[in-house]
Amino acid sequence: MTEQVQKDENKKLILRLIAVIGGMFLFAFALVPLYNVFCDITGINGKTRGQALYEKVKIDKERIITVEFLTNINRGMPWEFKSMVKSIEVHPGELNEVRFYAKNRSKFDIIGQSVPSVSPGEAALYLNKTECFCFDQQRLNAGEEIEMPMKFYLDTDIPEDITRLTLSYQLFNITESVNIEAVATK
Amino acid sequence: MSDHHPTGITRWLYTTNHKDIGSMYLWFSFIMFLIGGAMAMVIRAELYQPGLQFVQPEFFNQMTTMHGLIMVFGAVMPSMVGLANWLIPMMIGAPDMALPRMNNWSFWILPFAFTLLLSSFLMEGGAPNFGWTFYAPLSTTYGPPSTDFFILGVHMMGISSIMGAINVIVTVFNMRAPGMTLMKMPLFVWTWLITAFLLIMVMPVLAGTVTMMLTDRHFGTSFFDAAGGGDPVMFQHIFWFFGHPEVYIMILPAFGVVSEIIPAFSRKKLFGYSSMVYATASIALLSFIVWAHHMFAVGMPVAGELFFMIATMLIAVPTGVKVFNWVATMWQGSLTFETPMLFSIAFVILFTIGGFSGVMLAMAPVDFQYHDTYFVVAHFHYVLFPGAIFGTTAAVYYWLPKWTGKMYNETSGKIHFWLSMIFVNLTFFPMHFSGLAGMPRRIPDYNMMFADFNMWASIGAFGLGLTQVYFLVTIIMAIRGGKKADEKQWDGATGLEWDALPSPAPYHTFSTPPKVD
Repeated sequence: MTEQVQKDENKKLILRLIAVIGGMFLFAFALVPLYNVFCDITGINGKTRGQALYEKVKIDKERIITVEFLTNINRGMPWEFKSMVKSIEVHPGELNEVRFYAKNRSKFDIIGQSVPSVSPGEAALYLNKTECFCFDQQRLNAGEEIEMPMKFYLDTDIPEDITRLTLSYQLFNITESVNIEAVATK
Repeated sequence: MSDHHPTGITRWLYTTNHKDIGSMYLWFSFIMFLIGGAMAMVIRAELYQPGLQFVQPEFFNQMTTMHGLIMVFGAVMPSMVGLANWLIPMMIGAPDMALPRMNNWSFWILPFAFTLLLSSFLMEGGAPNFGWTFYAPLSTTYGPPSTDFFILGVHMMGISSIMGAINVIVTVFNMRAPGMTLMKMPLFVWTWLITAFLLIMVMPVLAGTVTMMLTDRHFGTSFFDAAGGGDPVMFQHIFWFFGHPEVYIMILPAFGVVSEIIPAFSRKKLFGYSSMVYATASIALLSFIVWAHHMFAVGMPVAGELFFMIATMLIAVPTGVKVFNWVATMWQGSLTFETPMLFSIAFVILFTIGGFSGVMLAMAPVDFQYHDTYFVVAHFHYVLFPGAIFGTTAAVYYWLPKWTGKMYNETSGKIHFWLSMIFVNLTFFPMHFSGLAGMPRRIPDYNMMFADFNMWASIGAFGLGLTQVYFLVTIIMAIRGGKKADEKQWDGATGLEWDALPSPAPYHTFSTPPKVD
């Protein structure tokens, strides 16, 4: 190879390699939505889906599944937050209601958002919520308290080996990232 | 003319010579090896007895973190790049690396990157303390202020590695001597070519990870912050997508080194050359689909655990091919046991032990017991110290006569080997037991029941550390006053660097390409 040919060849290869490098850098960021899509489809991250409609389905009286409720409060969230019952026993297909209690113990008006998670993860695909406070943001003014309903049913085709599942809610303070006036008190 | 070179400090600052840059990489990595080793000594001194003796837990955390970072990015990776610089052009009959100025730049970034990283010890809040894997939120929400220096340091060493990798790929593809086909290349060149591809695939992902950390810390994003809709587990997924190929980046060049040395001292051709190439490529490909075996305990669904468990165990197949080939190369060879060969044989045996504990760790159900215990520490030190570091050490002994024209003292080399062999096992073997019994890693104190194992490990570590200082002395004595080396110091050695070049290799080699048939 003459020197010029060599230089051109090198340049071509270097440009290709730099394209790979740039692509992989972007790929690292693309992993974030990719993981979310993947988890949505497979339900393996325990993320529950949006609002479901309750259709009259056959209730499977044979099976009893224990559903436990957990509540957690994130850093910097001066609320009290708990479920009114620790756990309930349900039949797949039957519509159930559980109530959660929240109280703003601070001197400020605060907007909260709860994020649900289900364990074991694959159970998330079979959990349908027809009504949930987690679909909305909650605004509690200083000292205010609230009881929030959550209605759900389990699909009848939930796998046999799931006899117990945990639904947990993590409550976040999102006052700073939303316009407080836009969220009405309930 | 061929031996003319500039002198003084500017020779090293401005050099574009692959041999000069290779030497600088090797010396730099050895300095980092001693610094990271000193941190290991602090860790082992603290762990000599249960209870807190020498350092506070906060400082202990900084020690484990910085020991890992310095050893991975400062010692092992640059030492491999140093070997690549010295050897690849000589092995393929090229006059230099393809991009000599970039080569200079990629080295000179490193001292600055590590000065930044090490300077964090002097800062308020101390050095990074979240482990070398810098999991969020420890490194984002709870990281010390110096984390930003760590991020910048990682960016810089990443750029350096990427440039080194580009250089290797372009050199190997475009600079081979006429007749040097890909399947005639020495295996060291092959393993480095594959390593270079791993580097350009995953170092940008590491850069992306630390960039996300940076924006999470300062610019209001929430990639890894659940409060803003992010996910801390996502950090582990992205990190290990880089992290697992990274462990092969550290070991593949060492595979190449022993694949050169074992045939030389067995006086036989390497058994199964092409299967070695394919095995290396398979290991590299598989390394992209096994990352989550580092996170079996995060709460993955069974299907995920099964997939990553089986994919991980698959890696044992090409690795087994390689170990088989090394042993088969020695089979019925006329073996002699000079220092490089001793290190290479120890590499094969001890790396295989590390591989076995790797297979144990790959089993998801039992990993729940091993996870984050000293068993993991034992595993990766077995593949890194007697693996990557013995590999590099063997390479230094083997090619030192070619590089410097001087022979090391064989007795010193053998003493270095046997002390290393004894102490490396004394240090890391007991960790298997303390790990299986449940001793967690990265904790400065431990239950009384682990006292004996830890005392042995500490004694071994002090011995191992001193032995590496002895290595330094051996090498300096060889360079200063070693016997003159022959052109072909090892009678079983093959390859252009031994057959077509004098010892020491002149400053400029293969200005006209050699003939390869």
